Amino acid sequence: MTDVLSFIHFIVNGVMDFLVSIGAPDLIMAGIFYLMAAVTVLSALGVVLMRNVVHSALMLTASFIGVGCLYIYMNASFMGAVQFLVYGGAVAVLIVMAIMLTRRPDMAHSNPSRGALHQLGAAIVAAVFCLVMLIVSMASPFRTEASHLGDEVKGIADLMLTEYVLPFEVAAVLLLIAMIGAIILAKGVSENDA
Amino acid sequence: METGIVMTVANLIRGILMLILGNEFIVSVIMKLIGIGAMIGVISFAAILFTYTERKVCAFIQVRLGPNRVGPRGLLQPIADMLKLMSKEDIIPYGVDRVVWALAPMVLFVPSALAYAFFPFDDGAIFADVNVGIFLLIAISSQSVLTFLMAGVASNSKYGMIGAMRAVATSLSYEAPMVFSLLGIVMITGSLRMSDIVAAQQNTVWFIVLQPIAFLIYLTTCFAETNRTPFDFVECESEIVAGAFTEYSGMRWALFFLAEYANLLSISVLTTTFFLGGWSGPILPGFVWFWLKTIFMLMIFLWIRWTFPRVRIDQMMSFGWKVLLPLALVNVLFTGVGIYINRFM
Repeated sequence: MTDVLSFIHFIVNGVMDFLVSIGAPDLIMAGIFYLMAAVTVLSALGVVLMRNVVHSALMLTASFIGVGCLYIYMNASFMGAVQFLVYGGAVAVLIVMAIMLTRRPDMAHSNPSRGALHQLGAAIVAAVFCLVMLIVSMASPFRTEASHLGDEVKGIADLMLTEYVLPFEVAAVLLLIAMIGAIILAKGVSENDA
Repeated sequence: METGIVMTVANLIRGILMLILGNEFIVSVIMKLIGIGAMIGVISFAAILFTYTERKVCAFIQVRLGPNRVGPRGLLQPIADMLKLMSKEDIIPYGVDRVVWALAPMVLFVPSALAYAFFPFDDGAIFADVNVGIFLLIAISSQSVLTFLMAGVASNSKYGMIGAMRAVATSLSYEAPMVFSLLGIVMITGSLRMSDIVAAQQNTVWFIVLQPIAFLIYLTTCFAETNRTPFDFVECESEIVAGAFTEYSGMRWALFFLAEYANLLSISVLTTTFFLGGWSGPILPGFVWFWLKTIFMLMIFLWIRWTFPRVRIDQMMSFGWKVLLPLALVNVLFTGVGIYINRFM
């Protein structure tokens, strides 16, 4: 009995040591990253390539959720949760809702596809954007520098309510103005009030 | 504090696996898989049990007998239902958006099941005790509204469409009061971690005593969140057939119900965790306390579900925006003042 057990231990440990020696843990972690990145990028491509505009909107949601998963992968779970709640929840629902309200009889070809020249233009713009983003991300310190916030939520809260309190308040006022504007657009305002 | 039953069992399994395999890492991976399996088991078992419980409780409230033909006291009814649903023909209506339509019931189950990763079932028995637990939980469960939209839009039917629109309207007007009602708890605890929330109630009193208004707001929003009467606008069978699930039948329809019962259990668990002290309690082990409180909450949810009539959708919307949200905000304000005063006492 003990011989069998020690034999199993020997095999399991041997396999594990071998896997570690060829760098399997890093490979798996990198694989997860590339899987999520691929889902994000492919669904972002789907947004522009899908024929049905409802499918495009759903692909956009998938892309948002992919970005949220990437945040969580990079130990920024608070940012990930914000991404899920704001983009995956609210923004995506509003976009799908808006599309539903502009319903047309044939949804299958509602996302207009352009000619070859337009596609070429889009490809060039996308390539230039990728290049710029690559250079910026290579040159910026964000690439290597980890956050010094300590506990993520506390760190963000401290920074937001002390050092960056003015931008925070400005954003709040901006959102308030947008909200009032939306209400006026929806409800209308009588000329007598002005 | 000794560790709870669940952790004792988990450590026992871990010890046995360690004896056989003898590698720390492999054993921890297998333990995670066992944890996932256990949660799926809890969800499936709960869904089977709840179909029976719901019908029996409903029958009791309506002075009927309920299921009583299949097996002793109708106990085998869920199995008969399951066999019936599985043997049904898979009908795909004409004109549906095939892929989205087929994906919707499957995707709906994902956020419902993912939420179980954050439940503290017992002392230390929590699958993912992350530092933003409660926030991530809300974020993940808010995703489920999109699947109702998918189902409703892809069904290509007017009832599905109305159901989907109502799902969005409900979730938009009830998500905000729900989050703000939980903010008071987070302020008192000073942490977003689920285990900290339970620990904070263990040392002092249950949060239902400190946050009675938040408890009522949360309870109300829960019905909207899980689409149950008095706020079941997504399906309300007497108005729009079955709303977003009108065009589904057989196992696809059963998946919607599986998710609904998973959500029902999950709101009971969450109310227990946030307001009734989670697994903490005297004498009895934590695991038992946890399930006692959860079943108590479940019975309250069933009681309200079968006692109250459905309100009109516009009444529900104005109630959400004009009553619940201001009330939740005032609650946050008073909680803040209370914490501030408490600090100087």
